[in-house]
Amino acid sequence: MKILVCMKQVPQKDAPLKLNDAGTWIREDVSYEVNEPDAFALEEALRQKEKHSGEVVVITAGPVRAQQVLREALAKGADRAIHLEDNAFVGLDASNTARAFAAAIKEEKFDLIFTGLQSDDYGYAQTGVVLAELLGWPHATIIMQIEKTDAGIKVKRELEAGYFQFVDMPLPAVLTIQSGINKLRYATLIGIKQAKNKPLRKVALAEVQSAIGSNMQKIERLYIPQKTKNTEFLEGAPGEVAKKLVEKLRNDVRVL
Amino acid sequence: MPDSILVIVEQREGKLNRVSWETLTAGQALAAETGWTLEAAVVGSSVVNFANEVAGKKVAKVYALESPKLEPYTPDAFAAGLKQFIASRQPKLVLLPHTYQVRDFIPKLATAMERTAISDCVGYKKEGDKLLFTRQMFQGKLAADVSFTCDAPWFVTFQNGAFRGDKVEAGASSAPVETVKVEIADGVIRNRPQEVFKEAKQAVDLTQAEIIVSVGRGIKEQKNIDLAKQLAEALGGELAASRPICDSGWLPMDRQIGSSGQTVAPKLYLALGISGAIQHIVGMKGSRAIIAINKDSEAPIFEIADYAVVGNLFDIVPSLIEEVKKAKAGS
Repeated sequence: MKILVCMKQVPQKDAPLKLNDAGTWIREDVSYEVNEPDAFALEEALRQKEKHSGEVVVITAGPVRAQQVLREALAKGADRAIHLEDNAFVGLDASNTARAFAAAIKEEKFDLIFTGLQSDDYGYAQTGVVLAELLGWPHATIIMQIEKTDAGIKVKRELEAGYFQFVDMPLPAVLTIQSGINKLRYATLIGIKQAKNKPLRKVALAEVQSAIGSNMQKIERLYIPQKTKNTEFLEGAPGEVAKKLVEKLRNDVRVL
Repeated sequence: MPDSILVIVEQREGKLNRVSWETLTAGQALAAETGWTLEAAVVGSSVVNFANEVAGKKVAKVYALESPKLEPYTPDAFAAGLKQFIASRQPKLVLLPHTYQVRDFIPKLATAMERTAISDCVGYKKEGDKLLFTRQMFQGKLAADVSFTCDAPWFVTFQNGAFRGDKVEAGASSAPVETVKVEIADGVIRNRPQEVFKEAKQAVDLTQAEIIVSVGRGIKEQKNIDLAKQLAEALGGELAASRPICDSGWLPMDRQIGSSGQTVAPKLYLALGISGAIQHIVGMKGSRAIIAINKDSEAPIFEIADYAVVGNLFDIVPSLIEEVKKAKAGS
């Protein structure tokens, strides 16, 4: 099985975010990490390779710093990496990111393409599905299980409220992977060492420029959300706070 | 054709998905502000009954888009059917609820029509002639107002709870319903879905609990959940959790609150060590009272909390359990 995993680098979960002067994006002087759903997608690809043999290739579109995500993936067991390296990739919408990916992998023959179900920065949940449409491939989203079958694959799709659905699909296909599908592995020291020798192909913006159009949507402004709730912060030592909470529970919430 | 807004109403397993009333409320508000005509469509194999139900609301017309190939749901069939219909009706704005089903086909449909979707919006703004759609970014830490820079049709999905389904306006009389037969060629549908099923034995129905004590990653270790359990017991409530806790197997899946788990609106939701990721918030933001304890003052959960404590839950909760027990003993 030849599997491509699309990965994204996003600000760390607890990174304090500051707006840029224009109020259109965040200041980039924060710490970054791999988008957690993509880490689950990678883990799933590695497990499929362990079961069925094959190759796992990882791809990301982003500035120089995004290489870290690829290095970690190679250290965990991915075979090859592709880095669409340019600051401009940060500002592309999901449609254009998918177009860039499609252009970069034109010469390859993947059986499966995984993405995380969504990114923790934008949260659009679109890139994988757009990519499937651009490639003309079938897709399924929010996947919790993948099994190889004679005719292709059988996937378990997660629905709301604890419901699920099995779907039979032909290959090649695009799947967006749900968090919690598996347990993430750590890179081993040997893996980290081996990663240095694994192929990492850089793709310049110019190489995929013809595939990308202008963005079809624009963030006009980014801002700290307006609060609609009148939150009352309770302060003091734990014992004091506990008493204050009980007072609220009794007089305001009325559960005591 | 006059400018129109098209609301795609969702039906699943023989029932109208009630979140569609929220989308219709959004459509009614946008129609009032823009002056555009509001229409709705239901998609499936035999959906005239659902269309009739929608026609009772304040809407100019309802379409029943039908084909046997639209049942069961597949993204191929829905994208093909809706593309045909939208290309012929040419609405300016297409509104959908941000359900798991819509997430599965809307980026495909938009791309097939060389357009884009702004997903998971929590509201909109009209500034002059321009429509902006508000979405949460960075798991709720920031908000963005997003505009379309392409031609119509413009696709927008709204987050659960962004609009009030119970505020949807009824129509003065029943709107006309038109059945539209959709042609889906052989070979278009590639996925073969099986029956939808529920996995977890629903040992507890959290939607019936008046008081919920919920834990997130801040609980740190499985053994610490006992602390939350004690608090739940002291309050006479149920224990629940955010997704990562259930993924780790620390609590069973039927305790999960969020888009993939239960949606609850209890009298009291006490969130311990929960940051407030969007996927969790959608499952509990309707709670009548929300109390959050978290050591991170920037945690998005504090935006929706009624009472907030920035502090260490391992110090606060034991004291809280004691105080609750004292209060219940009548002292």
